[in-house]
Amino acid sequence: MDPFVTLTAPAVPLDIANIDTDQLLPARFLKKPRSAGYGNFLFHDERKPGFPLDDPAYAGARVLVSDRNFGCGSSREGAVYALVDGGFRCVVAPSFGDIFAANAAKNGLLTIALPEATVADLRRQLQETPGAAVTVDLPAQTLTGPDGQPLPFAIDPFKKECLIEGLDDVALTLRHQDAIDAFDRADAEARPWLVPGA
Amino acid sequence: MTQHPRSLFDKVWDAHLVATRPDGQALLAIDRHFLHEGSFHAFGMIDHAKRPVRRPELTFAVADHYVPSHSRAKPIADPEIANMVTMLEANAGRHGLRHFGLHDPAQGIVHVLAPEQGLTLPGLTIVCGDSHTSTHGAFGALAFGIGATEVSHVLATQTLWQRRPKTMRITIDGELGAHVTAKDLILAVIGFIGADGAAGHVIEYAGSAIRALSMEGRLTVCNMSIEAGARAGMIAPDDTTFSWIEGRTYAPKGALFDRAVAHWRTLPSDPDAAFDREVSLDAAAIAPSVTWGTSPETAVPVTAAVPDPGAESDPVRAGQMRKMLDYMGLAPGTRLEEVAIDRVFIGSCTNARLEDLRAAAAVLRGRRAMVPGLVVPGSVPVRRQAEAEGLDRVFTAAGLEWGEPGCSMCVGINGDLVPAGERCASTTNRNFPGRQGPNARTHLMSPAMAAAAAVTGHLTDVRKLGAR
Ligand code: SF4
Repeated sequence: MDPFVTLTAPAVPLDIANIDTDQLLPARFLKKPRSAGYGNFLFHDERKPGFPLDDPAYAGARVLVSDRNFGCGSSREGAVYALVDGGFRCVVAPSFGDIFAANAAKNGLLTIALPEATVADLRRQLQETPGAAVTVDLPAQTLTGPDGQPLPFAIDPFKKECLIEGLDDVALTLRHQDAIDAFDRADAEARPWLVPGA
Repeated sequence: MTQHPRSLFDKVWDAHLVATRPDGQALLAIDRHFLHEGSFHAFGMIDHAKRPVRRPELTFAVADHYVPSHSRAKPIADPEIANMVTMLEANAGRHGLRHFGLHDPAQGIVHVLAPEQGLTLPGLTIVCGDSHTSTHGAFGALAFGIGATEVSHVLATQTLWQRRPKTMRITIDGELGAHVTAKDLILAVIGFIGADGAAGHVIEYAGSAIRALSMEGRLTVCNMSIEAGARAGMIAPDDTTFSWIEGRTYAPKGALFDRAVAHWRTLPSDPDAAFDREVSLDAAAIAPSVTWGTSPETAVPVTAAVPDPGAESDPVRAGQMRKMLDYMGLAPGTRLEEVAIDRVFIGSCTNARLEDLRAAAAVLRGRRAMVPGLVVPGSVPVRRQAEAEGLDRVFTAAGLEWGEPGCSMCVGINGDLVPAGERCASTTNRNFPGRQGPNARTHLMSPAMAAAAAVTGHLTDVRKLGAR
């Protein structure tokens, strides 16, 4: 995965709460291989006149600023592929679906949660100055909107490390191989019913 | 020394800690890994890295999302859909996994099949690349959905990195009224706390109304935890749980079962266990519920009217309500019971178990449906038992179709779509825009309520119609 350190890019506001992963990637595209170009499926059925992502004023947006509970619903990682392949590296919202946020981090897509009023203000600024850029500094944990005000954000240190270094989880986990083996041995004693039909 | 009081969640979590990093990330051992057709990305990842499946004996593949609801005698016509089903079989075969395929006598929706086969047990950690994995928490397991990269991680290591979630106890005391079901209960919970009300939390459902539920009802409740944003939902195991498990195909047998039960009895939350949040609801106050919008949090009593965005003080919220009403084709102030429907769907991992089909049949018996509809049992064993009880004939005599088990019209990817613009009374869990098909309009409700809507052709308070 591509490491994420800093980013300065145009941001697009999306005033919609509860954007679910069915909207991000309609289910009928789930059977497509990644090579089919998931960016073409992003918000496929929402692309009606007036949809901000199609507004030329927001062309080249790499940051999406939305409303609460972004990415709720289905666990489909394809929703993240659609955003990433569609050019996005960062989503800002008051809250995220847990599974979506986990999937995002595994694919180099940064999710930033900020208070509802702060995010609403950011969306307002982006509506007033369409095409304005925002700057994300992940090591410093700040997001700077069009008004130049740096907004500090919180992030899980593990997630931050994985994003900055573009780490492969499995390789990291295999460093704990001995602990996993030891756990399995002790567990087989403690819970002999674990393996069906054993 | 007395031990710190722990919740059900704490006990299951603590028992699965393999390693903890200084930053608080925990490496959790995973006891059950379920896969469906959507797992092809994850198999691609481990195959690409040349990694084997670490614990094939704990990994189970189930064909459900793309299987046809109509006759299985013929091959699947759509080559892309057929490919999804055969790819799962090939991936499972190559890695030596038990595969419940299209023609398996146990086949069904993964969240119906696993409990039914005795694969879901108390105290286990269970994951699946599917958000409704929360269903299995009904047994006192810690069960949650994960994405494709995490699926590949579990395949390769049988573990998962997680940050300890917060806990939330939802206590529902009292008795549910006549025709008020587990589905109404969970819709009321989501309506109350919101679609992100439990974000970052594992819910434990407690209280006398939960204890009184059957396993089927508990599965329905835990299934929709994700619709409140929860990481997982759990219910403490009790005698209802143990007697459901006993004798099932993959459940422990004999002395091993007794030993397991003795352990499972230690799992319920200690009396003084602390939760990060507590919520209480009165079961008696819950009415048969339906949703009016495109989020499960828009659940209201069926006796209510469509809300008015004009009465909402927050302009952003008001705009979002208007957008939902526009999608749903509803005018503010309309009484929900006056809303005409175009079809019904009775099925899904939320409501396709025997109890659900019995409840729907009780309303439909001797009556005709005014609209077309599809009834899809959750598994082959549910289908067989329903047929033994004559439920299939109740549905077909009412004019509804009786399908083969699978996800079907819940997500429509096997081709069972609600046509654009049509309004569907559905026992599923999601009413998102386009969920049952592009521009399909979904109203979520219980099986009895969907059956009542079928009979009258509009959203209906099943209490007025009654069962037969
Ligand atoms: S029935 Fe619906 S919600 Fe359940 S697993 Fe299948 S598609 Fe998902």
